[in-house]
Amino acid sequence: MLQDKDRIFTNLYGAHDPGLEGAKKRGAWHLTREMLAQGPDWLCDQVKQSGLRGRGGAGFPTGLKWTFMPKSVGDRPHYLVVNADESEPGTCKDREIMRHDPHLLIEGCMVASRAMRAHKCYVYLRGEYIAEREALEKAVKEAYEAKLIGKDNVNGWDFDLYVHHGAGAYICGEETALLESLEGKKGQPRLKPPFPANAGLYGCPTTVNNVESIAVVPTILRRGAQWFAGFGRPNNTGTKLFCISGHVNKPCNVEEEMSITFRDLIETHCGGIRGGWDNLKAVIPGGSSVPMVPAEQIMDAHMDFDTLRDLQSGLGTAAVIVMDKSTDLIHAIARIAYFYKHESCGQCTPCREGTGWMWRVLEQMVIGDAHHDDIEKLLDVSKQVEGHTICALGDAAAWPVQGLIRHFRHEIEDRITQYRAPRALVQGHTVAAE
Amino acid sequence: MALRRFDLESGGDSFAFKPETEPTIEFWLGKYPEDKKRSAVIPMLWLAQKDNDGWLSEPAMREVADRLEMPYIRVYEVATFYTMFRLQPVGKNHIQLCGTTPCMLRGANDLKEVCQKVIGKPMSVTDDGRLSWEEVECLGACANAPMVQINDYYYEDLTSESFTEILNKLQNGAEVKPGPFVDRLNSAPEGGATSLLEGDLYDGSRNAIAELPNLPKDAPAEPEPAPAPPPEKKTTLIKDSKPAPKAEDKPETVEVADGEEDDLKRIKGIGPVNERALNELGIFKFSQIAAWTSANVDWVEDFMSFPGRIEREDWIAQAAKLAEGEETEFSKRVDAGEVESSKDEGDE
Repeated sequence: MLQDKDRIFTNLYGAHDPGLEGAKKRGAWHLTREMLAQGPDWLCDQVKQSGLRGRGGAGFPTGLKWTFMPKSVGDRPHYLVVNADESEPGTCKDREIMRHDPHLLIEGCMVASRAMRAHKCYVYLRGEYIAEREALEKAVKEAYEAKLIGKDNVNGWDFDLYVHHGAGAYICGEETALLESLEGKKGQPRLKPPFPANAGLYGCPTTVNNVESIAVVPTILRRGAQWFAGFGRPNNTGTKLFCISGHVNKPCNVEEEMSITFRDLIETHCGGIRGGWDNLKAVIPGGSSVPMVPAEQIMDAHMDFDTLRDLQSGLGTAAVIVMDKSTDLIHAIARIAYFYKHESCGQCTPCREGTGWMWRVLEQMVIGDAHHDDIEKLLDVSKQVEGHTICALGDAAAWPVQGLIRHFRHEIEDRITQYRAPRALVQGHTVAAE
Repeated sequence: MALRRFDLESGGDSFAFKPETEPTIEFWLGKYPEDKKRSAVIPMLWLAQKDNDGWLSEPAMREVADRLEMPYIRVYEVATFYTMFRLQPVGKNHIQLCGTTPCMLRGANDLKEVCQKVIGKPMSVTDDGRLSWEEVECLGACANAPMVQINDYYYEDLTSESFTEILNKLQNGAEVKPGPFVDRLNSAPEGGATSLLEGDLYDGSRNAIAELPNLPKDAPAEPEPAPAPPPEKKTTLIKDSKPAPKAEDKPETVEVADGEEDDLKRIKGIGPVNERALNELGIFKFSQIAAWTSANVDWVEDFMSFPGRIEREDWIAQAAKLAEGEETEFSKRVDAGEVESSKDEGDE
């Protein structure tokens, strides 16, 4: 269990002043100049040693990602782009950082930029976060006025930070779609390679990082990589913002130790499951893109990358969606399927056509108006979408469906049997269709 | 995909930004490099929508295109792709109701019924022009579900009752303060936070450490300036500590007779062009690549100007295997002729 003294986001709920004065009192912008003076190798090395894995969903080691940037600046400038396009259903953590602890993010941007030899950083916010954008713009202005960032600033590394925003496209959370969008185009993902570290924003070397990954870095450097690495289990270190939504008594955001068990997380911060632990049915542990895990498997599982991967799911963004026994799981997944159908960018055929097809079939299954072998067909189509698209949206659309069939196939079958029982005899068309 | 079309009839023939918007436009244009003005298209369309009663007409798109010197079609593409651009008129208070699973689990469908009862069909505008609504996908406030966005701000933790009350107030022209509608502070647990309760987090004692941990023992805090000045004129106070690769880091070279050289294209990442470049350097054998030190790698990457690639594609491990006479997944495919980019030029 994490103690208050080890929490990084000490103004998570906005109980205190989010402005520069308050942030400084909470420890932000302390020893920043000394960090920057150490240079890229030391910075990357420290972040590597802390074991920090990207907080945007994929869990790629952040320090390693930074080292992919060219070792010297050629005729193309380097860019840091921060992915604040938080749109994964269930996820609402970056929002709290931007509106309540924006200075940790700005400081993190500066340190990360130094580590990748960048002088410019864009923060790409999702368009709907208007209050968050106002809060962040205000903090950026404060930082410029205090000469913490900008040209000839007190921290000794020329650094400009610009806030950009999108306009309601989930796909722009994919890093290359985000770069396309930032260049003023439709947000359709690019083929890789070239990777952004070679040709990203405006064709220049670019690294795209999640808000949380960036905002924790200054505190890690101030308190030491080994401090951060001391939380959680090996390979799954640090503290993590969890977003708990759905059928718990008190949904909330909270910063906790990585690898905390699901039971501890819910009991300590969320007042338990609605209707008690016996009423738990299934949990989507990492945002809508990861497959669900049934109650008996998740209850005492560690909430970290490796445990959840072994449960054939994932930690994703640590957006925990809890579903109790009153939930119609088929309907819940059908709604997620609609989400992916709505958000597919339309570039790759398997995704554009597959997401819509899966949604329509699932909607039929919600009422039970389907055939038993449709389940196998649905699974087959999900496999044809998965891995056959430029970006991971196809995978993300397929996994929830696969998770439903893997664990709750009997529910779909029962629903179909129930629907067909009274109809088989009286309705000629049902018989004829077979 | 969302299929969206323009409303050409309601849009009229012209659009002009309000004079008070001009400084904001300047502010946005100042964020991007001079020749990349196009980057501002989304913020500009958003400002245009604000100045056009909350929706985007076709003349407004053309105005944005003219200002950014973009072809009209490129702006149309953007306007139809991003769903926050509304392509038909909306009410003075436009409600975006989040209907995705986390909100659905906590009662978004009840809120939908309220909207249908009070306002009507999605995207229809009430007779007094005050309200309109649509269902949108996840708005990213899931711990405060169910929620809606009314114009710019979030109204969270709603019930049918509290939401009906909000709609009634808006219909009567009153203002409603955004935020959670139950007893909680933003996304803290209802009834009071379970963490962040200790006072010494906020009294400045966190700034007590005088020195960063883990500083290198022998190295000077300020690294010595790099030998070559950066190509761009920048007032950089700290120079990159990584020196340019030195000549002695050039990898060992050999000379081989014709036909003795290995087919380097069996390494994933080396095509005909890279192979030729390596051959010109005097690299012909897998065993040579397998023996590279990290200094050699830096030198070669610098020479061939693709930083990071040798490490990422793991040439050295591949070469070590191939030098031993073993195969890799990739080399099998090359040998089977499945990899176009690894065939010799002139093969076809």
